[in-house]
Amino acid sequence: MSGLAYALRKIIQDRSALLGLILVGLVVLAAIFAPLISTHPDAVWDMNPKLRLLPPSSNWLLGTDRMGADIYSRVIYGARITLMIAVIAVGASMLVGVPIGLIAGWRGSWLGEILMRVSDVFLAVPQIVLAIAIAQTLGPSIENVILALSITYWPWFTRLVYAEVKALKNETFIEAAIALGVAPWRIVLLHVLPNVASPIIVRASIGMGFTILTAASLGFLGLGAPPPAPEWGRMIAESREFLPQSWWYALAPGVAIFIVVMGFNLLGDGLRDILDPRIRRSHDR
Amino acid sequence: MRILTLIAKRLAWFVPTAAGLIAIVFFISRVIPSDPVALLAGETATKAQIAALRAKLGLDRPLLVQLFDYYRNLLHGDLGTSLFTTRPVADDLFARLPATFELTLVAMIIAVLVGIPLGVISALRRNTALDHALRIMTVAGLAMASFWLALILQLVFAMDLGWLPLQGRITGFPPKAITGFMLIDAVLSGRLDRLGNALAHLCLPALTLAIPALATVVRFTRAGVLDTLQKPFVTYQTAIGIPRAVVVWKYVLRNALTSTITQIGLLFGILLAGAVVIETVFQWPGIGAYAYEAIVQSDYAGVMGFTVYAGGVFMVVNLIVDLVHELIDPRGGRA
Amino acid sequence: MTGEALLEVQDLKISFSTERGIARVLDGVNLTMRPGAIMGLVGESGSGKTTLARAILGILPSNASYDGGSVRFAGQDILAMDPTAFDRDIKGRRIAFVPQDPYGSFNPLFRIGDQIMELMKWKSPIRDANTGSLGALLTHYPRKRRQADREAALAMLAEVQIPQPERAFKKLPEEFSGGQRQRLLIAMAMMTKPDLIIADEPTTALDVTIQAQILKLLKRLAKDRNVSVLMTTHDMGTAYEICDDITVMYAGQEVETAPIGPFFANPQHPYTARLLDSLPKPGAEIREIGGEIPSLLKAPSGCRFHPRCHQATVECSAARPGITGSEHVVRCFHPLRQAAEVRS
Repeated sequence: MSGLAYALRKIIQDRSALLGLILVGLVVLAAIFAPLISTHPDAVWDMNPKLRLLPPSSNWLLGTDRMGADIYSRVIYGARITLMIAVIAVGASMLVGVPIGLIAGWRGSWLGEILMRVSDVFLAVPQIVLAIAIAQTLGPSIENVILALSITYWPWFTRLVYAEVKALKNETFIEAAIALGVAPWRIVLLHVLPNVASPIIVRASIGMGFTILTAASLGFLGLGAPPPAPEWGRMIAESREFLPQSWWYALAPGVAIFIVVMGFNLLGDGLRDILDPRIRRSHDR
Repeated sequence: MRILTLIAKRLAWFVPTAAGLIAIVFFISRVIPSDPVALLAGETATKAQIAALRAKLGLDRPLLVQLFDYYRNLLHGDLGTSLFTTRPVADDLFARLPATFELTLVAMIIAVLVGIPLGVISALRRNTALDHALRIMTVAGLAMASFWLALILQLVFAMDLGWLPLQGRITGFPPKAITGFMLIDAVLSGRLDRLGNALAHLCLPALTLAIPALATVVRFTRAGVLDTLQKPFVTYQTAIGIPRAVVVWKYVLRNALTSTITQIGLLFGILLAGAVVIETVFQWPGIGAYAYEAIVQSDYAGVMGFTVYAGGVFMVVNLIVDLVHELIDPRGGRA
Repeated sequence: MTGEALLEVQDLKISFSTERGIARVLDGVNLTMRPGAIMGLVGESGSGKTTLARAILGILPSNASYDGGSVRFAGQDILAMDPTAFDRDIKGRRIAFVPQDPYGSFNPLFRIGDQIMELMKWKSPIRDANTGSLGALLTHYPRKRRQADREAALAMLAEVQIPQPERAFKKLPEEFSGGQRQRLLIAMAMMTKPDLIIADEPTTALDVTIQAQILKLLKRLAKDRNVSVLMTTHDMGTAYEICDDITVMYAGQEVETAPIGPFFANPQHPYTARLLDSLPKPGAEIREIGGEIPSLLKAPSGCRFHPRCHQATVECSAARPGITGSEHVVRCFHPLRQAAEVRS
């Protein structure tokens, strides 16, 4: 685990990566301890028409929404939904995308070609477009948002792993392993995979930010978690009809998205510098 | 010759990709639980009437047959008829193309014209206060949800200050449609008031799209310049006394732009393929808003047509990126 | 100009701040160049020879700092000069440069002719009001001068034996071999009719077979035009081939300077002698110099070579030796007078 300790020490040395880690950490803590942190845990889902659209005050830190629920508490609980969607979607994309990339990159030939063509198809339109289509087809729910995001994000991992594996195949130590007659699955799992782990981690961190933004967009368009779930994108959408009077309504969830996405982006950039100095290659063209 | 080969290669790549894309969206859209035919036929329609309509629309046949029909029609430029606007999808898309194009172009021009110089300056003044400020802005620009940014801009500039219109493309009568580009039409018909009005409407959506694009351009330009400044030819040119400004803005920048161009192309493609969310927020009558409506209303033909369009746009943009690369980097051996 | 030095470096001190401390890369270097001579600046890597070359050109990296001394070029202290004026009037015009890496020194995206004409636009020997810097991108290149410059450049390419100069102008760097690129770089250095060319290891990156050709070319052109050349090299053979004078550097200081004849016949500094001994000779064993090149972060006191020197005495570690000799200058308390006998 010295690799992890090394990465952690490097992150702490790099100011912006540290900021990223702190921001992500705060959001994770908020999600875990939501019942403790939120001031009105009971008023997250309740309807209190009498308390509708109150401006921020010492009691309602970020004001109340159209149902009279406490926006601060809703935003805190929203972190749970957001992180859950992003973690599962990115994790599933990784589980699908990485093996496909490994197979395509290692085997090459017609199989690799077909796999890469299939992933190209998914990358031929913007992710948000496919995600909207899928989410709409399946109906608005958290599970479907996760599914839509996973279906559209895996090709990014496939492409990344494919390129890395192809480059690795020409490395001396891999050629040596092949020449020694080591079983292919052993080479891939024991020698190739650990060497592509760093770019995968970097991609995953940046993918978290990206996925959170897309998920929020789906929520905003009404394709995400159905009400009354405290989903940030949907909260912003709801706030539109109460602008400009209830400005606080739109502000808080947007800032929450901003913080978590920025956290993951900074962390991803920092990790890239630390783990993968070679990544510049992909920009070289 | 090389350029022709390039186009041929892109086309060869496009055909199977587009076919695959169509197939995916085709099957996805047919899984839709709601039945648009029943909706279309109206509440009073009998089962027989619905079935008749379904047959008329060709939706009663096996899916694979429908898919291949679609391919065949596509070859004739026929994207089918929208179930809801009842107009040919190709016509709908074509009518909405100028709006999206105008918005995208303005946003990208802002992003490129501002972003490239800022990226270069940021790299030259590495680790100064200016560089740090720009980097913070870059990170922030990429972390905001675009629809939220749109809302905040609307809140401040339209609702609160009242400087700019909230949404739409123009108020009052648009200038006579000549090209479909509102700005150009206004100029062509000599209606400067319409030009001002259209520009005012363009401001907020263009800014919303430009900010993340700008952040990307700054980021990649900065990285590219920093990378290139390390190269021995920069040291050499400095050592033989070529003025710094020439070395940076003529020689270094060209090398640095190779990666930025790819990003600009990608952004352009994403925006042209439909800034779905932003066009919806600003009620901008473009392709993105059309796509959203088509999806929400389960309009098969509309969704399919949009997908084909988006794939086509991506191909064209990629082709243009390749051509620009060819111009910037005359070396033959590139992949 | 006879008798007066073209280039005179006096007690130059340059240090680099690194993560591990301050490295005194040049610590009181002296160097004198006669007009028209080819001077070899010889030393192992880390001896400071490249830093000296770069300091003269004013292209030190940003972590370098100037700690004292002077560099006089044609009587003018160029370190004290306004940098803008130096860049405009001296760099590229009067002091030209041949870099180490012919592969990396051309921008791969621009045609050779464009890169050559960029140099001529700013540094053409035909003088007119081209001042550079501010608004440099927009500065006009007068057509008449451009034409003349182009002719001169093409003639120069022919002289360095680039086939079909007109066509070469339209080619990209990658279309030339390393040797041809080095010829182009030498041509570019000669084109502006400088007084001094600084050549930083000009043949290190090339095949051995091509090295000799390039060196001969450089020597012939320099002698024909009466241009002085300051060439850094780590290779005694290279220096022997084309130099008139040699200065040996060790750990940021010069230790011995002499015309080539006396230098090879009778090296006086123990370091030089052992450096020459370490060259392979038929029938003889290669003798290594014992010990290691000292760290510049914590350089030895006195004569920097003393920890590795067999002749070293107490005084060697106490102070840096002064100069002995006039033609053949050596900094050593115990110069090898009968070195020839010692070596045989």
